Amino acid sequence: MTNSVADIGEASCILAIGTNTTQAHPVLALNVKRAAAKGAKLIVANPKEIVLCEHADIFLQHKPGTDVALLMGMMKVIVDENLQNDSFINERTENFEEFKESLKKFTLDYVEEITGVPGENAAEAARMYAAAGTASILYAMGITQHTHGTDNVLAIANLAMLTGNIGKPGTGVNPLRGQNNVQGACDMGGLPNVYPGYQRVDNPDAKAKFEKAWGVKLDDKIGLTHTVVFDKALEGEIKALYMVGENPVLSEADAGHTRKAMEKMDFIVVQDIFLTESAKFADVVLPGASFAEKDGTVTNTERRVQRTYKAIEPVGDAKPDWWITSQLAKRMGGKGFDYNSPEDIFEELSSLTPSYGGISYERIKEQGLQWPCPDSGHPGTPILHSEKFPSASGKGKFVPLEYRESDELPDDEYPLILTTDRSLFHYHTSTMTRKVEGLNRLNSEELLNINPADAEKYGISDGDMVQAVSRRGEVNVKAKVTDICPPGVVSMTFHFAESPTNELTNAAIDPVAKIPETKVCAIKVQKVG
Amino acid sequence: MEKVKLTIDGLEISADKDKTILQAALENDIYIPHLCYHPDLEKVAVCRVCMVDVAGRGLTISCRAPVEEGLVVKTDSEELKKVRKVPVQLLFANHKTDCITCGKNDDCELQRIAKYLGLEADELNRLRFAEMDDPIDDSNPFFDRDPNKCVYCGICIRTCSELQNINAIDFSNRGYSTRVSTFGGGPIVESRCESCGECVVRCPVGALLPKTTEQPAREVKSVCTYCGVGCGILLGVRGHKIVSVRGDGENIVNRGSLCVKGRYGFGFINSPERLTKPLIRKNGELVEAEWDEALDFAAEKLKSCKSDEVAVFASAKCTNEDNYVIQKFSRAVLGTNSVDHCARL
Ligand code: SF4
Ligand code: SF4
Ligand code: SF4
Ligand code: FES
Repeated sequence: MTNSVADIGEASCILAIGTNTTQAHPVLALNVKRAAAKGAKLIVANPKEIVLCEHADIFLQHKPGTDVALLMGMMKVIVDENLQNDSFINERTENFEEFKESLKKFTLDYVEEITGVPGENAAEAARMYAAAGTASILYAMGITQHTHGTDNVLAIANLAMLTGNIGKPGTGVNPLRGQNNVQGACDMGGLPNVYPGYQRVDNPDAKAKFEKAWGVKLDDKIGLTHTVVFDKALEGEIKALYMVGENPVLSEADAGHTRKAMEKMDFIVVQDIFLTESAKFADVVLPGASFAEKDGTVTNTERRVQRTYKAIEPVGDAKPDWWITSQLAKRMGGKGFDYNSPEDIFEELSSLTPSYGGISYERIKEQGLQWPCPDSGHPGTPILHSEKFPSASGKGKFVPLEYRESDELPDDEYPLILTTDRSLFHYHTSTMTRKVEGLNRLNSEELLNINPADAEKYGISDGDMVQAVSRRGEVNVKAKVTDICPPGVVSMTFHFAESPTNELTNAAIDPVAKIPETKVCAIKVQKVG
Repeated sequence: MEKVKLTIDGLEISADKDKTILQAALENDIYIPHLCYHPDLEKVAVCRVCMVDVAGRGLTISCRAPVEEGLVVKTDSEELKKVRKVPVQLLFANHKTDCITCGKNDDCELQRIAKYLGLEADELNRLRFAEMDDPIDDSNPFFDRDPNKCVYCGICIRTCSELQNINAIDFSNRGYSTRVSTFGGGPIVESRCESCGECVVRCPVGALLPKTTEQPAREVKSVCTYCGVGCGILLGVRGHKIVSVRGDGENIVNRGSLCVKGRYGFGFINSPERLTKPLIRKNGELVEAEWDEALDFAAEKLKSCKSDEVAVFASAKCTNEDNYVIQKFSRAVLGTNSVDHCARL
């Protein structure tokens, strides 16, 4: 997030697009609902009529995968009606004219045709967003999990810049990060192209810096992403995998492909707290300590580095992950893995990660700090980009955009769009939540949400078992007939190993972000038996 | 904030101008009985047990009377004793009195008030008629609703509407048949309740109680391990087990709020299904092994791979320290930048 969780309350308008906030980020959603109750305008853009819509002033129910068209249409209205923030555009951005050109074709008729949103509603939302003194955009995987996810994000950034809604309280471009420490895992260089602190592996200075710090020669070749690792494994190029706290067999798009790749690999080490569906493919399984059994830090969606404290001893012979990995490293002759405590590690990582440079265990004993926090006197940064953008010129660059269709659209054979969603009661592949009896009772099985019109068409009643079939796989699942989903769109979560939704999804990826298109694929459904 | 001075029971105190007499008193550690007041919620002033005597004004409901410069407040007098007793006696009229076995024993506002007022058994029973015996709603897996202990303060209802904006519950009926109920009156689990437990945390009596009331011996600060909001929590520890979770009211992110997963989803920690021993595949089966054997075996196998034949998945569920070490291991020991995690899923 460019801004903070608490800062949402400062916004006079909130645009929540591609986020089922009350289910996936419930406590953050409280801030949204409270702001709306106090009079802030709320625009919800989502293919499904999610719970948050109850609090919305405008609900834009666009077809899955049409976000760019919707946002470009809104921006055209803003420009046509001269509602843009000229001084912000002049002082803080570049490339506006080229961008403006690319808006031309996004007339309300064109937008309505693509998105299914009545043009006047999109225009009204545009005016509402532009007229607000401070407007914040929240988004999540509904924006990113597309083959054109990068375009979606750029469209959002364009909209914020167009109206000057960035760099001050109550504004911002706010991706809501999923996992408790997905932000931190990225910050720490758990990515194939960057060292900790987003220092690129192909930047010679960064490479030299880490070579010096770690006392080894490093490779400047960008590594493989998650999805590509499985492709390469099937081709026989990747032979071994060391996997910590992940369950790709359920979480990765096109599960059949993932399974085959895991079977093909020669050697897999899994480090986890449970024997997950993926761990069953392992040759060695190493038992990790849970979050309550170790000290450390995690970084939340608003970039706040927070301390967690060890509450109990690890169960059985389980060990903290940093200890296990260090042991492996040492046994393979690695130098510089003689850590005595997580604090030792934190000192090393903060010395090499400029945005964490000013953070220490002492400083975050009671309350976390938001990075960038470059030195020990720095108070942390609740709002990013308040003076300049992190580009060479310091300016925000408008990017002209085209609408691109999703990779796999419905046709006669597979007439429905499947989009994935999350439940309030489970988390991701449910490795943890399904071990909690009460959560299992509150949500005990996968449901395929289907509109009454579609249900009628395919002879399905509420509660029927149906088979959902895509070009990649099939899954048996109970149908829930509901008008939360519009006709033509069905949704499932991916929390249940018994109905593994990702057997169906499409692994086509965004060329830049390498995110698979789990929000749109074509399926058919038929009643079982 | 502008301050005003007032005296409570002869003690001069100063308070922010926007405070009520009750708030000013409580902030200065002066107890005034109260039931329907809650610092997080709008004032409704329905229970009338917070009555005080203000010079020149007489009996005043302290939870809704703003402080003023020079106010002279008495929290106790013969008259106050008398007027406060009536609403409390009414509450006890049909209240179930199995206090010793009630999960709220010792932490109950009604007990506290009864004790403060010095109610004797005969006074307690003066207005008493048949003890209420409504069915308990135990449909929610994490908490029970016992209408027989409700004091109709409305705190749960206001929590659900004002703080959570969910509106799962409201008062139904009037007089002695007043109840807190779901829309349509069915069990809470079939309502729109999201099981956040925020109402349970605030109920002043035993009418809303978590199913497990095992008391922790100590509490440890942490951060919820589910989503990226990063809510502060306090893990309740007893022996070697986590037995409770509370929202950390000091944490700037959530200010004490939690969702159902954060508050009630900690059972996996001590799950019998946890991995407690390293495992090695032998003859197709994963069998238990000691650390040295498992680590040596894994190290030897990984060492036999070329740098471009191996990949590493770090974890969005692990700490920064864990992830730093994992990527360092990948880059500095395995020699590959093919380290990634599920950020995209
Ligand atoms: S648990 Fe939460 S949602 Fe349910 S009634 Fe209480 S406050 Fe409302
Ligand atoms: S259930 Fe508890 S919080 Fe709700 S009205 Fe009754 S006593 Fe008050
Ligand atoms: S309590 Fe709920 S909202 Fe808060 S971090 Fe945990 S899962 Fe997320
Ligand atoms: S606390 Fe004042 S009327 Fe209830």
